[in-house]
Amino acid sequence: MSPRAAWRLESLGFGEVYDYTVGKLDWMAAGLPTEGTNAGLPRAGDLARKDTPTCSLDEQLGAVRDRVHALGWDAVVVVNVERIVFGLLRAKELAFDCDRPIAQAMRPGPSTFRPYVLAKEMAHSMVEHKLESSPITTSDGRLVGLLLQKDVVAAAESRQ
Amino acid sequence: MPKEIDRHGLRRMVEAGAQLVEVLPAEEYLEEHLPGAISLPLRRLDMEATSVLDKTRPVIVYCWDVA
Repeated sequence: MSPRAAWRLESLGFGEVYDYTVGKLDWMAAGLPTEGTNAGLPRAGDLARKDTPTCSLDEQLGAVRDRVHALGWDAVVVVNVERIVFGLLRAKELAFDCDRPIAQAMRPGPSTFRPYVLAKEMAHSMVEHKLESSPITTSDGRLVGLLLQKDVVAAAESRQ
Repeated sequence: MPKEIDRHGLRRMVEAGAQLVEVLPAEEYLEEHLPGAISLPLRRLDMEATSVLDKTRPVIVYCWDVA
């Protein structure tokens, strides 16, 4: 849509026209401020738990489980050194045999969501798809945090 | 020919006085838009551009994304 607008403005006599082709999505993905009725509403990135435990592909499940449970969690995100998300282990996967490599135990390629998604939309999606937790990542796949369904539902309900 | 611009260039140009225009439908603008942007939906562009915008200053247009 914006390329057509840019070309049309030029044809109307505007001499210096620029097209921000990646648009509002790029702006919001970068976490930059916006204006409007939705601007102050809570979003996935605000609510994601930044202290979520992480582990690497080459760890053993038993050691990871002990560490995660000691921290009071029942989920862990599998990442590399760049915090790129490879997988997710929730309670079910953490209960597997302790010698199993993380790469074989994890749910590979979990659905991730961007930080700018509104809490009310996230709550709807997570309840509908029965997701207890969802990794929130930047557009290049880096972990921001783990969003818990209970957190996002509470935030969405408090706004109603 | 219109030039593409990234968000860093956009911020610099807006600070320098460029006009920032969202061409999505007005409802989407009301919900959320870039700071300082004005709403000029594509369908109203022909009728309103010359009265709303200043031809002597740069104009930056945007919508949702490249789609």
